[in-house]
Amino acid sequence: MSDLTRLHASDLAAQLADGSVTSVEATQAQIDRIAAVDGDLNAFLHVDAEGALATAADVDARRAAGESLPTLAGVPIAVKDLINTVGQPTTAGSKILEGWVPPYDATVVTRLRAAGLPILGKTNLDEFAMGSSNEHSAYGPARNPWDTGRIPGGSSGGSAAAVAAFEAPLALGTDTGGSIRQPGAMTGIVGVKPTYGGVSRYGVIAMASSLDQVGPMARSVLDAALLHEVIAGHDPRDSTSIDAPVPSVVEAARRGDVAGLRIGVVREFAGEGFQPGVQRRFDEAVAKLADAGAEIVEVSCPSFTHGIAAYYLVMPSEVSSNLARFDAMRYGLRVSPDGNPSPSAEQVMAATRDAGFGDEVKRRIILGTYALSSGYYDAYYGSAQKVRTLIAQDFTAAFEQVDVLFSPTAPTTAWRLGEKSDDPLAMYLEDVCTIPANLAGVPGINVPIGLADDSGLPVGGQFLAPAQADERLYNAGAALERLVPAPVLEEVVR
Amino acid sequence: MSSPLSREDVAHLASLARISLSEDELDRLGAELPAILDHVAAVQGVVESAGADVAPMSHPVPITNVFRADEPSPGLSRDEALSGAPASEEDRFLVPKILGEEA
Repeated sequence: MSDLTRLHASDLAAQLADGSVTSVEATQAQIDRIAAVDGDLNAFLHVDAEGALATAADVDARRAAGESLPTLAGVPIAVKDLINTVGQPTTAGSKILEGWVPPYDATVVTRLRAAGLPILGKTNLDEFAMGSSNEHSAYGPARNPWDTGRIPGGSSGGSAAAVAAFEAPLALGTDTGGSIRQPGAMTGIVGVKPTYGGVSRYGVIAMASSLDQVGPMARSVLDAALLHEVIAGHDPRDSTSIDAPVPSVVEAARRGDVAGLRIGVVREFAGEGFQPGVQRRFDEAVAKLADAGAEIVEVSCPSFTHGIAAYYLVMPSEVSSNLARFDAMRYGLRVSPDGNPSPSAEQVMAATRDAGFGDEVKRRIILGTYALSSGYYDAYYGSAQKVRTLIAQDFTAAFEQVDVLFSPTAPTTAWRLGEKSDDPLAMYLEDVCTIPANLAGVPGINVPIGLADDSGLPVGGQFLAPAQADERLYNAGAALERLVPAPVLEEVVR
Repeated sequence: MSSPLSREDVAHLASLARISLSEDELDRLGAELPAILDHVAAVQGVVESAGADVAPMSHPVPITNVFRADEPSPGLSRDEALSGAPASEEDRFLVPKILGEEA
């Protein structure tokens, strides 16, 4: 393996800046790495070697000409295949968009291009980002590089596997109920869900619009912060985009000091359902943060335990509405019903949606259609919206006592492919720790905290902060990263 | 509120959602959805025990409608807009019939 692929993005950026390596060399090294290992990982649904190398050559030429370039110029990146990219297919992991090439770039992609990051390709995901294991991809699951018999987490499992296995130093993911942080935990990398509205959703295929957020995935907290600053900031094309300065996340990641920081440990995220090996690593991390001068406070957020129930009403309701746009008329698949020589548009729609959507997508659309039906709306969707308020109130109360909250990111380490496939509810319960942040719109980060002693697999710790205080995540995360070094994958375990 | 979802209910919801579910899919969803609904129905008890009026929250940040300045700006070209269409003709989307034969 070329050493270039193992560099942190910040170190590669420094070497690019001082001329000791070119972006073409770094990008080619990633392409070679993808060719060597992706047959086992299935992290990429599409690789654009030509486009990535063209961007790299352009950056190298501009640098050689003495142009002043953004920090990450020339550092290659992988992009979750839920995010529109001109010139590369965007499938959302679904058959209904197989081969679709978007006519416009997502704002985050426009910003990557402006900052000179070569885009290596598009990464695998659960179909329309619906899942916690990547097994719901229509193109086969991505696999965990720590054990290719196991799931990489989801839904941004391809991005997580790619970064963990040194196929890319950076990736973009999206997080609706934990889809950046949980795969980060499963694969031992850093992943951040920014404050809702902190990063533009324009050109990102919508799953649940009041919950979705794009964020960075990387092998260090500083790398994630550098990418965060590239993609964040107000976008007039997203009506929910926050028109305020981007929090100083890079400065916070360089600081990494928890002395005097009040860290709240969430009482509800422990005990039943939490793997003992996860709990032990987490308890050690808490002890190390205390040794480093943090003030550890146990806090109670009683409504958090109802997050899954509220989420599995709010999210499917929004899904059932958002996915109505896949109607076989303007883009994507069109299937005519069997034995009907002259079907109506409505019959074509129904046949296409049956053929084009996978089981989990159908399950959520039906669930959401039910939750929004007349006669059930108040009992289900209405109640879920009120629980959402209770969860937001728990956050407000907690952040009056502490600066950040800390918990395990996921209750278990990565499970075997197929282990939870027949029990959708068991899969949903894996998101217990991550969902409250999406419901309330607050930011969260996953930081690797070692390998579990019972499974030998990565464990993640999650910090949560108040809305628009993303810099607190990076400060606490960088401190934790120094106290508890991230596990380093030697080679993909087949 | 316990609301067992019959196979007929699932078929009705599927028709509302414009998905022609197969017989097998109707069987499977009919078996899976009650367990999920059982779990999520907990929100009703939570809200009841919260007592005082809890305001519903549809969105994490206060939202106001956002208008851009009313000035012309370039959008997608016709070719770009049609580039992903399953079928097009004479610079238009070509779609199956949307009205009955007798209409």
